[in-house]
Parts: sequence; C-alpha cells; structure tokens
Amino acid sequence: MPINIKDLPKEKFVLPGDAACLGCPENMGLRFVGMALGNKAILVVPAGCTSIIQGLAPGSGLKFPILNVPFASSDSVAAGLSSAKKILGEDATVVVWAGDGGTADIGFATLSGAAERNDDVIHICVDNEAYMNTGIQRSSQTPLGAWTTTTWLGKRERKKDLPLIMLMHKIPYVATASVAYPLDFIEKLRKASTIRGFKYIHLHAPCPVGWRFDPAYTVAVAKLAVETGMWILFEAEGGRVSISPPSKPYADKNRRKPIKEYIAMQGRFRNITEELLLELEKQVDDNWSTLLKLAT
Amino acid sequence: MTLKTLTGNYAVATAVKLARVNVISAYPITPQTTIVEKLAEMVESGELKAGMIRVESEHSALAAVYGAASGGARVFTATSSHGLLYMHEMLWWVAGSRIPVVMAVVTRTIGPPWNIWTDHSDVMDQRDTGWLITFAENNQETLDETIKLFRITEDERVFLPGIVTLDAFILSHTTEPVDVPDQSLVDAFLPPRKQPYIFRAGEPIIMGNIPRDLKWNMMMREDIDKAMERAKKVIEETDLLWGRLVGRRYGGLTECYRCEDAKHFIIGVGAWVGDMREAVDYLREKFGLKIGLIKIRYFRPFPKEDMIKWLNNAVSAIVFDRSVSPGAGGPIFIEVLASLASAGVRIPVKGVVAGLAGVDVTPEDVANAVLTSVSEVEELGTFKQSISWFYGGE
Amino acid sequence: MSDELVLPLAKPVIGVSGKTGTWRLQRPVYDSSKCIKCRLCWLYCPDSTIDINEGGIDFITINYDYCKGCGICSNVCPTKAITMTPEG
Repeated sequence: MPINIKDLPKEKFVLPGDAACLGCPENMGLRFVGMALGNKAILVVPAGCTSIIQGLAPGSGLKFPILNVPFASSDSVAAGLSSAKKILGEDATVVVWAGDGGTADIGFATLSGAAERNDDVIHICVDNEAYMNTGIQRSSQTPLGAWTTTTWLGKRERKKDLPLIMLMHKIPYVATASVAYPLDFIEKLRKASTIRGFKYIHLHAPCPVGWRFDPAYTVAVAKLAVETGMWILFEAEGGRVSISPPSKPYADKNRRKPIKEYIAMQGRFRNITEELLLELEKQVDDNWSTLLKLAT
Repeated sequence: MTLKTLTGNYAVATAVKLARVNVISAYPITPQTTIVEKLAEMVESGELKAGMIRVESEHSALAAVYGAASGGARVFTATSSHGLLYMHEMLWWVAGSRIPVVMAVVTRTIGPPWNIWTDHSDVMDQRDTGWLITFAENNQETLDETIKLFRITEDERVFLPGIVTLDAFILSHTTEPVDVPDQSLVDAFLPPRKQPYIFRAGEPIIMGNIPRDLKWNMMMREDIDKAMERAKKVIEETDLLWGRLVGRRYGGLTECYRCEDAKHFIIGVGAWVGDMREAVDYLREKFGLKIGLIKIRYFRPFPKEDMIKWLNNAVSAIVFDRSVSPGAGGPIFIEVLASLASAGVRIPVKGVVAGLAGVDVTPEDVANAVLTSVSEVEELGTFKQSISWFYGGE
Repeated sequence: MSDELVLPLAKPVIGVSGKTGTWRLQRPVYDSSKCIKCRLCWLYCPDSTIDINEGGIDFITINYDYCKGCGICSNVCPTKAITMTPEG
C-alpha cells in the first residue's frame, strides 16, 4: 500500500537546532522513523553519531524516549526492555537505532544473539559505511577501495554483507532501505512494527563529511547508489525475498548507471585504482545475481 | 516456613522466585550454572512467571536485565569470575543510571590459569562500580540476603544495584538446611518495585547523552556516593524488619562475634567466616585468648563506623583477604586501615592474604595464623610484616 | 524523599545546540511562484526547519534560526523554487 507524502505526520521527532552536521543522513533517517512510528517508539541507541546528534544534556534534540547504551549492548538491552513492556502490559515498539559499528562489528554478537532468539525488537542499522563518530575510521561496512583514516590507500576488503547474513538468521523480516527513498523506508518500518519477532532494516546513509561530498548531495548520492545497483532495495518477509520497486529496474544490468558516476561524486574514492573499480563492478553483479536467485 | 535442604545456588533461585522477579537473563559459567538451570526449570514449569532471555554472553546478560529494569521490571542475573569481568562495563552503566538490579555472584578466582575454585578477586574488582556488595556466610544467609537486597536496592533512599555473593562450591554446591519463608511473608516484605524513572512509549525521556556541565556529571557521581552512605541505614532497618518477620537477624553491615571483651580482632568476609568462628571458639577455649571476629557482611557501603567502634580500644586486628591488589595489599586490609586512620585510631593491623585460587583454609589454619600474629604483637607491640601471604596447612 | 536525585536524564528541546542558523555559509531562498507543492523539501530537510503551510500564500516557510544551509532542499526541488545564495 504505497504511502502518500501528504499523509505523512508532521509531528517533529527531530527538533530544529540539534547537533547533526549539515546534510546528515542520520538526522534525516530519524525524521522518517518519527513519521513511521511516532509516539509508539522507544529508541535504544548505542555509541555512534546519534549519541552526539542528541546534543548536550539536560537538553536533547531528539524527541523520542531514548536509552543511550554501551556500544556492544544494544540488542540485548532492547530485548530486555521489550520483554519488560510485554510483561507489564504496556504497548511499545522497541527500536535499536545503531550505526554500522554498533551493528556489524562491536555490536555483532548482541545483534546475532537477539536475532537467533527472535526477540521482539526492530533493529535499524543506519549505515554511513565507517566509524564516523570517532572520525571516519574503517568498519566492515566500508566498501572496497574507500579512503578512511585507517585505510589511507583505500580499503582492501569488501563490504560485509549484513542484509544477507541477517536473512540467513531466518528472522521474520529483513529489509534494506535508503534515505533517498523515504516512503519505501517508512512503509517497511511500519510493516516491521506489525510483526512479532526480530526485524532488521539496513538503511543506507551517505555521510557528506566521511564520504567527502557537498552536503547538498546526500539524497543525490543515496539515489545514485540505488541507480548504479551498488545498493539494492529489497525486503524479505518470512524469508521470501522481493526486490523493492525503486530497485526493480536495476535487476537489468544494462539499465544500471555506470558506477563511475557514483564514485565520481565522492572524495573518498578519489584515488581508487582501476583494478579495484573493476572488482567493485564485479561485486555489484555478484550481489544482484545472489539476490535474484533468492528472490521469488 | 519450610525447612529444605538446598545448595547455595538453589537458595538463590528460591529467593529469586519468592521475590517474584519479572525478567531473568544469564549466561552459564561454572559454578553459577545451577542457579540459571533451576530458574529456567521454574519458569518453564510455570512455578515462576517471568520472562527469560537466554543470552549469548554475560555482557548481554546484564544488558538485557538492565533494559528490562529500565522498563520497570524487577530483574535478576547471576555470574562468576570471567563472566563478571566481561560485563564490567555494564555494571558501571547500570549503577550510573540508578536503576535497581539484583545480581548473584558465585565468587570464583580469575585466570590464567583456568581455575573454578573460590576466592574473592572477581567481586572485589567491582568495588568502584557503585553496586552494593554483600557477602553470604552460609546458604541461609544467601537466601535471606538475596530477598532483602530487592527491598534495599529499590528503596528510594538508595536506588542503586546490588550484588550478593556466595563462595564457589563451598556454598554454591554444598547442601545445607535452609528455612524457606512463605510466599505470603515475602509478598508482605517486598513492596511493589520503585525506581527513579521508567521508559515508556510516548514519554520522551533521554538517558545518558553528553552533559553540558561537567560539574553536573561529577554531582551524579557524588549522588551515588551519598546513596551508598544512606544505604547503611536502609541495610540496618531491613535487617531489623526481616529479623522480626523470620526470627533471623544478621546485624546489618557487620556482625561482631564474641567482641564484647575482645582485645584482638579477626576480620573477614564470606564462607570462611564460618571457619573463623570456629577458630575464635578454639582460641578462647584452648588458650584463653580474648579474640573477637568482625564479620563484614556489606563491603559496599564499607562499614567504616563499625570498624572504628569495634577497634577503637583493640590491641590488634588481623584482616583476612581472599583477594589482593598486587603491590598494595588486600582490599579489606586497606579499607580497614583507611577507616581507622580517618578516626585517628592507631592499632597494629595485619593483612593476611590467603585462600586465593581456591586454596582451602581450615579453622586450624586460621587459629595458627592468629596465634602467631597475636604472640608477635603482644611481644613487640607491632607486626614485623604488615602484610603476609599465608598458605595454611603448616 | 528529602534529597533530589542527580540523574543523567534530558528532555527534548528546540535549539539544543543553540541557534544553528549561525552555522550557515549559504542560505536557501524560496520562490513561491515556482513551487509545485510537491513537499520534497519538507520531506528531506534533515533538520526539520522547513514547515508546510497548507492554506498559506507561501506553501513552505524556512526557519532561518535553525536552518544550517546544507542545500538539500534546493538539490531535491524539481523546479528550482529553492536556490542557495551565499550567507551575508
């Protein structure tokens, strides 16, 4: 059921004047979470950009109830909170809002554990593809060839495929999303909130500061990621994979925009070698091929 | 009131059931495992109506109960040794959040090498975290104090989490007769859970973002310290109340055994206090020595006032530590000295580091160590070595 | 309870980081004559500083106290009803 932009609630959950950088995709994503879930959500936030975006206490630039937690603990805390709400007979949608570090690396065990137990939690990984909050160090989500402050010559390893890993946990709902396609994200989030069990949404979030582009282009870069096929929008309910409408055209390799366009927009790829670029293109083909095999 | 034969671990599980805990989460580690297994059995049989989250690590165990507690639930977890160390970061977070949580620690030494036997290293390593810490001497006290800790931690004058410890195998796996109070008694004793704030949908509170004013942050730390001080009174009150209900009083922060006419004092915590009692009786009967025993029940908050009261006119004190801070001494020894010094009480104090890595220390061992020390101090007026490592069996 | 607890709690507030409008190096300028009321600027603004006035003369208003001047609104606007101009 496609959502009409006119029907989106106007209540602000990201308040003007918070501490986010110009053009911040996490700020954007949080607005969409507010539009999707409103006052039903309780956020569990491990260390990351959003910890800082809240601004300085006793004030907060975000209007959700937020439990800030240690880096490696988020999904366990959320599982406990969710369990307590049920036992006490109180309605709430417990959402982990974690970066790629808190999801894929230091937070991986807590994520996998909660998924395996099917704890009733929505985990959103807001993926800016590096440890941005501590100053742009590489994470397992940094793509091949990208500059970071710990990979000055470009990352040598490929991006770890979190969505497929979570698919293999056989949880009730897995999806990818992008800040460039908010209606798609909001629809997926609302759907997830109606399902009992562990739900995982991986939100692609281009970061102007860490990826080295003018902050006006956050949405443009995110859109190009989808249009080049580098980021695939899909969802899987009960393991049934379906490619989401914005990504459908790009199942056809010939309709994908050249990766060079995506690369050219970002300073972090400025020194990428031809060899690594070819490798990246091959990875895009491989990822599509794998996903299409899984899709119904 | 029912008399049951229970291991220390089963005493903990029984107490948790009686306290009507809502959410339990723990990761197995020897010798805590049978606490969790018994609780799982109780939950699955319907005997205990609680959510159980079978986490993948200890860090996640404390994280899970913290999440549940932040949502208003009464919670419980248990661990030992390396598991306690693995969740160390979370201990700070829980105390700093001022969310009451009760945890049982079956005290076990720390490797390398691997070793499953008792000493107090694991729990002593948590003494700066802001958690209350109480040491049980036997399985009855284990059950009683676990129940009392729910009331103490949830008291609005305290609002801090608390640890109840029991020695590995000596208590955890040893069966003793335990008087189990009726559910109705515990229901009357434990009021509905209170905590400073609860996370609910639609109520936007934010916990833990960076403070603008660092002095405000420091005030939060001072507030924890103040709560620890206030806890002393709460502990005494709770002990009195529990005593009236079940006929068992423990003395609050400390118990002083045969102290009224004592000149030399033994000080200790945990299961081996039982051996120290025997040693005191033996030394009095056999040698006529005026020996008393200060059993420290609560190490946090530290019973400074009790130390000063009992040792003010003492000839000497011999502190037994079942852990050590290498290069400084045993923690109980150091804190006893600090308490006395702060009140200008100058008596010879000896620190005996013993029983580490599970080395067994018998009443005879204690008596021998005390006899040697007392002879020395009566002759010289001081201890030649203020700290000594004691292996027993001599 | 005699003593007030000192807790690590915060409440939502507008302008937690002050008047973030002072961060701007460029400002968005709105030309309502070009506006087709698509709402994309409101949708994508990361800082909630664009408000929609359903019945108003100007379909959107920009809160210049807090707008950081990122330029996303201008970038996504299909008719260039919003343009960026250097901040005075």
